[in-house]
Amino acid sequence: MSLAQNPRQYVIRFLYVGVALIILLRLFFLQIFEDKYKIMANDIAIYRKVVYPPRGIIYDRNDKVMLYNQVVYDLMVTTSNVPKNFDTLKFCDVLGIDKPQFDKMLKKVHLKSGPMRQGAFLEELTQEQTARYQENMYLFPCFELLERSMRIYPNASAGLLLGYVGEVSPGMLKTDRYASYTQGDYTGMNGLERSYEEVLRGQRGVHYLERDNFNRPRDPYKGGALDTAEIAGKSLQLYLDADLQQYAEKMMANKIGSVVAIDPNTGGILAMVSAPSYDPNLLRGRERSKNFSKLYKDATHPLFNRATQAAYQPGSTIKPMTALVALDVGVITPKYGFPCGGGYNYCGRHIACTHSGGGHAANLRLALANSCNAYFCHIFRLSADAKKFGSVEKGLQRWYEYFYSFGYGHPTGVDIPFEGKGLLPDSNYYNNRYNSVWNSCTVVFVGMGQGELALTPLQLANSMCIVANKGFYYTPHFVKSIDKNPKDPLLKPFLEKHVVTHITDSSFEIVQLGMQDVVDKGTGKVAQMPGVEICAKTGTVENYAIVNGNRMKMQNHSVFVAFAPRKNPKIAIAVIVENAGFGATWAGPVASLMIEKYLTDSVVAKRKYLEDKLYNAKLISKYTYIIDSAQKLKDRIRWEAKMAEKKYGDSLQGILDKRKAEAWLRKNYMKK
Amino acid sequence: MDNMRKTIFGRLDTLTVLLYCALVCIGLLAIYSVEHRSTDTVFFDMSKSYTRQMMWLGISLFVGFLIVLTESRFFSSIAYLSYTIGIFLLIITIFAGVNVKGSHSWLGAGSFRFQPGEVCKIFTSLALAKFLSSPETNFNTLKHRTIGICMALVPAVIIIAQQETGLALVYFCFFLVMYREGLPNIFLVVGVSVIALTMATLLIDKWWLFGIITLVAIIVGIAIRSVLRRNVVAIIGLVSVYLVSVLFSIVLVPFAFKNVLQKHQVDRIYSTIGQDVPEEYLGKLEPGEKRVRKENASEYNVNQSKIAIGSGGFWGKGFLNGTSTKNKFVPEQHTDFIFCSIGEQFGWFGSFILIGLYLSLMLRLIFLAERQRSHFSRIYGYCVAAILFFHFAINISMTIGLAPVIGITLPLLSYGGSSLLSFSILIFIMIRLDSDRQVLIR
Repeated sequence: MSLAQNPRQYVIRFLYVGVALIILLRLFFLQIFEDKYKIMANDIAIYRKVVYPPRGIIYDRNDKVMLYNQVVYDLMVTTSNVPKNFDTLKFCDVLGIDKPQFDKMLKKVHLKSGPMRQGAFLEELTQEQTARYQENMYLFPCFELLERSMRIYPNASAGLLLGYVGEVSPGMLKTDRYASYTQGDYTGMNGLERSYEEVLRGQRGVHYLERDNFNRPRDPYKGGALDTAEIAGKSLQLYLDADLQQYAEKMMANKIGSVVAIDPNTGGILAMVSAPSYDPNLLRGRERSKNFSKLYKDATHPLFNRATQAAYQPGSTIKPMTALVALDVGVITPKYGFPCGGGYNYCGRHIACTHSGGGHAANLRLALANSCNAYFCHIFRLSADAKKFGSVEKGLQRWYEYFYSFGYGHPTGVDIPFEGKGLLPDSNYYNNRYNSVWNSCTVVFVGMGQGELALTPLQLANSMCIVANKGFYYTPHFVKSIDKNPKDPLLKPFLEKHVVTHITDSSFEIVQLGMQDVVDKGTGKVAQMPGVEICAKTGTVENYAIVNGNRMKMQNHSVFVAFAPRKNPKIAIAVIVENAGFGATWAGPVASLMIEKYLTDSVVAKRKYLEDKLYNAKLISKYTYIIDSAQKLKDRIRWEAKMAEKKYGDSLQGILDKRKAEAWLRKNYMKK
Repeated sequence: MDNMRKTIFGRLDTLTVLLYCALVCIGLLAIYSVEHRSTDTVFFDMSKSYTRQMMWLGISLFVGFLIVLTESRFFSSIAYLSYTIGIFLLIITIFAGVNVKGSHSWLGAGSFRFQPGEVCKIFTSLALAKFLSSPETNFNTLKHRTIGICMALVPAVIIIAQQETGLALVYFCFFLVMYREGLPNIFLVVGVSVIALTMATLLIDKWWLFGIITLVAIIVGIAIRSVLRRNVVAIIGLVSVYLVSVLFSIVLVPFAFKNVLQKHQVDRIYSTIGQDVPEEYLGKLEPGEKRVRKENASEYNVNQSKIAIGSGGFWGKGFLNGTSTKNKFVPEQHTDFIFCSIGEQFGWFGSFILIGLYLSLMLRLIFLAERQRSHFSRIYGYCVAAILFFHFAINISMTIGLAPVIGITLPLLSYGGSSLLSFSILIFIMIRLDSDRQVLIR
């Protein structure tokens, strides 16, 4: 009956088995032979999320927080998740915005992130907005509060020292230091934030997440087995005294200049002001770029750190150093006197001296106390022309070596970036400048701190440390310890003691006494403080500027250097107030008030009038704005010329390219 | 006659039932893995496909139970009636159908939807079995062959009118059944060869293919050398088939692709099987022109599907670890592309087991068919095996870029009530018929 032996049943079975084998073979190729599908699957489905740890906190010497992270909230939204019946009115009410604003912002997110991905609807909600929103957030499930940390400067001071964070620039990315960064990462752009970036940033964590077809991150990949945890940044403790810093900034308000105070025992910087200063909180968050360009364009250049970058002629404040060199070279003794009658008339010119009374330069101490120009010009010439050197060229070179060892003419190595080096002329410099025809008379001004010598305020303060310590200094620096470890390898260069040549203690002693006389009975009486032996030196620096095409003498810079107490010094300070007048009038009170504040934590009542005088003084020269706008005009003209040249070059290149292309076309495609 | 003394449940074929259960369970797991999220808390969530699929499984098992309790002659007696009703439903669907993604093959009210084309496979199988097994039918005559072929193809034509081409193609599987019942060899040989040759032309480099065709021709020549020695016609036949094949794959197709068809048409042909168009057919670019290609939907599906399956490796990524399928990169992955989740999570090894299970089920069905006393049961058994085979082969082939993407389901695995229910009915009727294999059913 049945066709049991029908061979066709086997044909059909063979067909089934055959097809199954073909499929299995194909699968073998897809799954085992080929690698590309595994790679493609990982590419599309695994999302590498970089998690940024909180940056390190910065404390001052008294554990007062100077820079910390604050959590701010961004309101995020995925536009496709916003339902049609969304309660816009309520939402707007909670956030304090109106309906057109809402529509505009939502549209912006839609354009920027697309309908399926989350974008920032509102960045950095105010505290009130955050609180109101958190109360009502259950009503708006399609919005999400995302927390982000932000750098906050609670004292609103020391902006230039602390620096700020910003997106790493393409130029920085090319350097070795930023090899591990990618476009869009944040990094310290200035100040300590930049110098200690490696310490502050901590270690980034990498989390692997699966993502779906709309690129939305979902579960952790393999349960997070491949993830690395983020490590928080280390904290820094500074030598800086936050109160002192704020005090100095307040006194220097509406002035141009700078203040640097250093603890001579450690080289730790107690305060560093570059006036005018600005509120560093301006340089973060939503308004950052707007504020930055405003500050950048300001005629007083608040973003320029005058304390480490600007070079000033030191004026009379260099006289203690000139004296030290002369003493050490052996051309004078402390008893050496100079018969100054109101000027120095040796080099075929008259260098005026403020005093003319007989005997005001009868010995070194008196000369220092009275700041006799003639005396120091003379002893400078004596040391340069000293017989033992043979020639003025060698003598000046010796002087250069002394001053170089005082920290002049090269960056001190302070731990914030972009330090300037000032100007310290050596004999080569003069050979070039005067075509090798010069003598000690030609360069006599450097002996009294004018002429070619220029120092940064930091160098000036550092030289006070040398005098205070009688011959050594530590590299000025801010950071005391990293994560409570004062011996961190990064801090090693700051623990090294720099001994300045071999000038005898007695030389230092006499100079110190001379500087004490400055305060007790000389030009710097304003700095007197009962019970403390303060050593100081005033400086009044002549300076010129080009205004409307004419070289014009400007109001003198007021300079004051000091250290105290004379025995066991605790603070060395340098103050410069530009175009203010006598050293003792403006810079002196700043320095002395700071010394008092630092040593006794308060200012006595009878000196309050000095504070008031400083708070109210507006000493920015009217020429500052004229000079700045002239400079801007000059820059603009130069830029336009450059652009015109570039345009011309481009069009020329364009013509050449066109000709080349035509020639090529003719050769290859045109019929002959 | 020992068999007859057992109860009806004792007489059911255990292996078939086990294979059925295994496949259905794998299907549930696959759907679950595709939908599962680590954040899910509730297991029985009616918004999830796997819960609904479980409900459909319950219904299917209940219907299967009813079928087992039904008299086996019933199926043969309602064959023609059901076929007529089926055709009628199909025609109604053309006009009254719900529009689902461009095809009008669904009847439905509210959330309930039902595809007559799926169910009609059962009716057609029954009717064809009834027709071929009837004593009046002589399948060696042209008239009866034509009637048989028409019975199989009429539903297909109507379904094509519903714009559900994929489902219509399944009705061509009845040629396998008719081949078993005496349709000339030439149908099978030509059919299989044309399909194989077309796919090979598209997938394999033409000089490789030339070598393969030559090799096959030589092997066939050696295999039937005794026939060739005696018969000149056979020699001419073999040589001409060889020449036609070579001509088709080496000359005709490249010529047509280069000169006759437009670029976008060639693109379309290749993209349906998820292949890139070979360089030689792309044509020369104008200077400065860039090659712009838009990925169309089916090509995207196949590419994602290949990535998912290919990334599985030998052992797979493990249950619930399929990054591609879990995160919805493969569209339609709980229905037509369900095989991806097996391929990705269980790798080649898992695919091998799954294909083994399907093959066992199909071969078991043929074994059951061949042991039937009545022709009706035997032919019906072949129908079930053939339908399963077509669905299985085309569905898996399309997920791995061997066949064009046409929307047909993977039997018993894909999510979908109509599909699960109709396959369950098909298989349970066969199991019921097999339990009465000594009885002559007309």
